[in-house]
Amino acid sequence: MATIPHDDFLAHEHEDHAHHDHKPGFFARWFMSTNHKDIGTLYLIFAVCAGIIGGAISGMMRAELAHPGIQYLGWFATHIFGESNPSFDQTLHLWNVLITAHGLIMVFFMVMPAMIGGFGNWFVPLMIGAPDMAFPRMNNISFWLTVAGFCSLMISPFVPGGTGNGAGIGWTAYAPLSTTGSQGPAVDFAIFSLHLAGAGSIMGAINFITTIFNMRAPGMTLHKMPLFVWSVLVTAFLLLLALPVLAAAITMLITDRNFHTTFFDPAGGGDPILFQHLFWFFGHPEVYIMILPGFGMISQIISTFSKKPVFGYLGMAYAMVAIGVVGFVVWAHHMYTTGLSEDVKMYFTTATMVIAVPTGIKIFSWIATMWGGSISFKSPMVWAMGFIFLFTVGGVTGVVLANGGIDDNLQDTYYVVGHFHYVLSLGAVTSLFAGFYYWFPKMSGRWHSELLAHLHFWVFFAGVNMVFFPMHFLGMQGMPRRYPDYAPAFEKWNHLSTVGYMVMSVSIVIFLINIAYALVAGKKAAGNYWGEGATTLEWTLSSPPPFHQFETLPKIEDDHHH
Amino acid sequence: MSTAPASVANGKLKTGLAALAFAAGMLMLGYAAVPLYRAFCQATGYGGTPRRASELEASGMKALAGQTMSIRFDANVDPNMKWRFSPEKTTQTVTIGERSMAFFEAENLTDKTITGAASYNISPDETASYFNKVQCFCFTRQTLRPHEKVRMPVVFFVDPKILGDKDVKDVRQITLSYTFHVAPPA
Repeated sequence: MATIPHDDFLAHEHEDHAHHDHKPGFFARWFMSTNHKDIGTLYLIFAVCAGIIGGAISGMMRAELAHPGIQYLGWFATHIFGESNPSFDQTLHLWNVLITAHGLIMVFFMVMPAMIGGFGNWFVPLMIGAPDMAFPRMNNISFWLTVAGFCSLMISPFVPGGTGNGAGIGWTAYAPLSTTGSQGPAVDFAIFSLHLAGAGSIMGAINFITTIFNMRAPGMTLHKMPLFVWSVLVTAFLLLLALPVLAAAITMLITDRNFHTTFFDPAGGGDPILFQHLFWFFGHPEVYIMILPGFGMISQIISTFSKKPVFGYLGMAYAMVAIGVVGFVVWAHHMYTTGLSEDVKMYFTTATMVIAVPTGIKIFSWIATMWGGSISFKSPMVWAMGFIFLFTVGGVTGVVLANGGIDDNLQDTYYVVGHFHYVLSLGAVTSLFAGFYYWFPKMSGRWHSELLAHLHFWVFFAGVNMVFFPMHFLGMQGMPRRYPDYAPAFEKWNHLSTVGYMVMSVSIVIFLINIAYALVAGKKAAGNYWGEGATTLEWTLSSPPPFHQFETLPKIEDDHHH
Repeated sequence: MSTAPASVANGKLKTGLAALAFAAGMLMLGYAAVPLYRAFCQATGYGGTPRRASELEASGMKALAGQTMSIRFDANVDPNMKWRFSPEKTTQTVTIGERSMAFFEAENLTDKTITGAASYNISPDETASYFNKVQCFCFTRQTLRPHEKVRMPVVFFVDPKILGDKDVKDVRQITLSYTFHVAPPA
């Protein structure tokens, strides 16, 4: 399979395919790219850059929260955001701008581009034996729309947004704060950035669905697809169902703000709670959009380094489908304190807890895959095992928060912040690093340092737990989220959390050094560098794979599973 | 193999268009949620939305002598709204099932004509589906000339079915709350 015979027919059909590594020039290759691997690389580079910006913003927040009182916000407002002589209110407004930017960047411009745009683009076609994505030009548009969206979001902190510069509306953009509560163009820029990124993601989703349904190699039935491909397929459907609803909701915000509609204004018969329903109808599936591709990667990695096929393949695939389906009928658990009736709360509590069942199936099956396996603790495996641990912690606090009664006490406290960072910042991001070390030599053709990758893991693991575990204590004691100041009694754990941030940021430096090392001095990677456990189709190709692959489609034999 | 590319291209187009239609459908559903949500709230009393009843329904109700409910009236104005707005009586005890009437007063405090629109709500939420309004100044916009003062009626009844609902059987008082806003341009 690895050597691809020259095919006369294809050579005539696509003349530029005739020579394997005929690559266009630099500008055409990277700015007008239609190649799924190049676009995947662009997405990954973009996600790393956005992640560094989003991470730097969380550094500002952790600095401010290290001690009670307001220490740094005024300095940030003057020196970074260029406000001359900010008033105290403007200074506090900057805090809202920071939390908004951090949330939007990490969700829409870091995790999603990395998971779906980056690894999805790179490995879905490779794993199903397809030469490229179904609509390569649309793929290019998806990427550049995401970049344009990011630019729009980056403009927003420097233009007026009501109290001060920037959009201080939270990533949830609840009305009326985001409508009558924030005058000025900053909020329009922030909302428009979601339109752009959302349009890009919807196109990406259409592309993945079409690719997976139409371009699988002969013999690769849906039930033989690698679990990563399954995860991207489910994710693409979630995107297709959820993002247009967000688009509708934020378009209503824009028209309420600028064109005198009253979708969310009671004066004209609207209802601000409706925005929350629409937002969370999107927002809850969104959290699965961010984690499912991670599930897929973890399945590949655990299987590879246990040298066993994954335990309960069909259960694993359909658990993801079940998570996706049930994920659409639990949204109001984000709205327990909006005045829902007891019966409605009981329904949403129950439905939310049901999600723990397919999630439990996944955790169980990963452990069962390792059980009795011949495990090698290469860096991706260590990251994957870290993922299982951290994600489970976040899952357990999620079951706590699912209870309508308990949530009445915990909503909008740091307990919630701790919970969703365990599943995202520790869960999704850990799976991203696992996938990165698993596939980096495949993508670049060069080895990273395994030593640095392990070091990266342990420093990151220590750091993020120090940042986020104390937040559970703070939340239980009633520290509210979204404030730059707090009662002095909360200082100890907040200080530890800030120290944890510094530890975590060291791990990111190690990561960047590791990439630089690999690109400058890394050893050349073989085609299948992980050996016998790595059985999916990308391992049949060279590292990096040829610019155009699978001109003759690989045939999947019956025994060639997942 | 030689026919494969055409059929694959065809299949891709079909799947791609189907997915696009799917996304467009969800976008429309997002907008359809606006009237659907309103209809849902009116049908179920969700979030404290009272029901609207006709005179016919009101006259068809059987008043339950001796079964009473206290109604509290609450009147507010939006911060931008320069009206004085208050109920004539803060509370009123009504017989359940009986067609009752309450009055509110509004006064334009400015030298300009102002059109207002009232939003309304019932508390506790669970009683909203039993609270029926037959006539209300909140059904239409109200225009007050400079310094004009008006008396505005609300005609309502409490549905006797409220006595059969275990969730609200301990409720002794229902609050009907209004807020007057400056009516947005039509």
